[in-house]
Amino acid sequence: MRLKDLESKLQNVAGFDKPKIELEQYCTTPHLAARMLYTAHTVYDDIESKVVADFGCGCGILSIAANLLNSSYNLALEIDDDALQIAKENCSEFEVDVDFTLTDLISIPMDHLRNKVDTIVMNPPFGTKNNKGIDMIFLKKAIEAAKISVYSLHKSTTREHIRKKAKEWGVECEVLAEMKFDVPMMYKGHKKKSVDIEVDFIRFAKKSY
Amino acid sequence: MRLVAHNMLQCHVKGCNSNNFPLQLSNVEIEIQETDFNPMFLRNILPKLEWNALVKTALQINITTLPNVLPDTSTDDLDDEFLKMLHRVLLETHIQQGKMICPNCNHVYAIKDGIPNMLLNENET
Ligand SMILES: [Zn+2]
Repeated sequence: MRLKDLESKLQNVAGFDKPKIELEQYCTTPHLAARMLYTAHTVYDDIESKVVADFGCGCGILSIAANLLNSSYNLALEIDDDALQIAKENCSEFEVDVDFTLTDLISIPMDHLRNKVDTIVMNPPFGTKNNKGIDMIFLKKAIEAAKISVYSLHKSTTREHIRKKAKEWGVECEVLAEMKFDVPMMYKGHKKKSVDIEVDFIRFAKKSY
Repeated sequence: MRLVAHNMLQCHVKGCNSNNFPLQLSNVEIEIQETDFNPMFLRNILPKLEWNALVKTALQINITTLPNVLPDTSTDDLDDEFLKMLHRVLLETHIQQGKMICPNCNHVYAIKDGIPNMLLNENET
């Protein structure tokens, strides 16, 4: 499948009915989702026939993209039941099999996910005033669980911090692309409808692999 | 939820740190949904699963076809019939409703419309 075709298929993924501000709910755009999964697949061969987990799956777009690129088994974790229902609906529209669990990633241990999941793809919450650092909690857990690699999006402003952490955790960290993420402004009082955030698309690789 | 996912779940109630896996299935409703057979994937996942937990869990939902000891997956002589049986158990058997009970603290996690609810109340974490 070509990148263009993947992106155009992903246009059909439904977004959130009523996004929740506290959970930073906005769907990863088809453009970003396609770029992420296409790169993981064609450059690193981390998707086809692999066990792929999606941390904080939201409306499920990354899991669907993985499935379209022939991942063999998909697990998607999400804290919000409303989001999961949308993700489930999306997956059945696309006729893809994804196992969902309603999970708070912050509190769940990785003991039995470790080494069973090959690749983790995620667009973690970037963290706001009230949940600062949540992106790093997601990342740490993902790195702990993945056998091969983690693909994630992070604010470009945090790049040096992330590099430092990756070194500390003993994983390779490669910024694959700088992208613009059009994040809808959901807060009251904002004049603009949306704002472009610069994000890094990063691959973290386990060194033993 | 399929048994592959179940093989990754444990109890995480505060203080429940041992004998908290695998969660015991109870009152389940099962649905079989057919999907493409991929022997290469089965060979990839088999050595990663916690086999004893899988066998134990399968028995709880009356699946008696799994051998107690996993055959050597490094050799290529796993026959097709065996792999097809595993395909049915691991990838086509969906647990739609039911409960998962922690063998240690008896905490109950519900499975509703195919989705296990692993969320805890604030006082449980
Ligand atoms: Zn327990």
